[in-house]
Amino acid sequence: MSFTGKDVLCILDFTRNDLERLFRIASSKFEGDELRGKVIALAFFEPSTRTRMSFETATLRLSGNYIGFGTTQATSIAKGESFSDTVRMLDAYADVIVVRHRLEGAAKLAAELAESPVINAGDGSKRHPTQAIIDLYTIWREKKGIDNMTYGVLGDLRYGRAARSFLRALNLYSPRKVYLIAPESLRPKEELLDSLKMPWEFANLNDILPELDVLYVTRIQKERFPDPAEYERVKGSYRIDTNLLKNAKTSLAVMHPLPRVDEISLDVDKTEHAFYFKQAANGVPVRMALLSEVVA
Amino acid sequence: MSEELVVRRISNGTVIDHIPAGRALKVLKILGITGEEGLMVSLVMNTSSKKLGRKDIVKVEGKELSKEEVDKIALVAPTATINIVRNYDVANKRRVELPRRIEGILKCVNPKCITNAPREAARPVFTVISEKPLKLVCEYCGEYLTEDEVIAQLTGT
Repeated sequence: MSFTGKDVLCILDFTRNDLERLFRIASSKFEGDELRGKVIALAFFEPSTRTRMSFETATLRLSGNYIGFGTTQATSIAKGESFSDTVRMLDAYADVIVVRHRLEGAAKLAAELAESPVINAGDGSKRHPTQAIIDLYTIWREKKGIDNMTYGVLGDLRYGRAARSFLRALNLYSPRKVYLIAPESLRPKEELLDSLKMPWEFANLNDILPELDVLYVTRIQKERFPDPAEYERVKGSYRIDTNLLKNAKTSLAVMHPLPRVDEISLDVDKTEHAFYFKQAANGVPVRMALLSEVVA
Repeated sequence: MSEELVVRRISNGTVIDHIPAGRALKVLKILGITGEEGLMVSLVMNTSSKKLGRKDIVKVEGKELSKEEVDKIALVAPTATINIVRNYDVANKRRVELPRRIEGILKCVNPKCITNAPREAARPVFTVISEKPLKLVCEYCGEYLTEDEVIAQLTGT
């Protein structure tokens, strides 16, 4: 299907064919003038490094311009202006609106209010579709496919939007199996579990590590634990280092949407397992592909 | 009908029949009928029913239900039938049907949902994903709303 003028709100707005079309464009695209004369609004109501800067870079590499903000402190939102009014204003100024917001459903609301296409750059703790596309693209490119592999998704699967979007995205493919590795208090809610169409089960990392082709790691935030002692007890079980990876396949891809704190040891960076910097780099071509399709 | 023996016919208004036994008071509460409006209201609870075993009936003299009110009733009384009575005749009889989408009646239970943000233009909208047991999903944030939560919201219990 054509993405022209379409909103990008959820990874499940895409079909497998849509994604593979994007992958092909992303794998060939380094610069162009598809956004010449276009203004992209980057409305980041919440902090971001990679997502915002890769949208900026993608816009510049396609000869476009961007406006926007990365913090609300210097905008009228600090005076109490609503999100809805801010979106209406941006709609009058820009050809595409990219939104990040702490509230769930903010991007959908923006899409209802704006005539310009809206791209969800992460709203609340559930949806981050462009990150999921980047994750899938990285696997597709490096592993030459996404189906028939065994995945482990580790960390905060309850509140982390990248992991949750990635899990939903795998619904579009046919993984052999997906293991969910999380402390009990950070396991996904039933809304997500009900939506999973592939074989999955909860597991301990040590038990299943040798089976994995892809290990998707996310940060466990200390503040998610009501009892700090519980955090101290579990955090070691969710730390990846080269010693642990001795039990893994040599081809295991370790992924992370970043930022990481200490869940992946620095000594993994030098190994063939480290896919997370490739993911971060792929943010630009994937977002170039998406922007060029949306404004085509 | 045997209930006619205990509750007389009404001339104009609405008869809500086949309410699940014990939910008549919730239906009245959803309709906002407290008795202080001066409407004549008859209520039968736990009467026998061929279809349901036991059922409740509410008769409201002088009030025809709007679509939005019917939608609300469907959430707590999906088996109910609505009879609009004019001049002692049933002018319109229909079963309530749970709409596929519920707009603006219920609130999302997720405090981080945009529909709960003050001064934003999002009206809560839910898709019904299961009727028995009732389960809805918020179209904005994807959170479930269960039957217990729906009943609690609509009846304040």
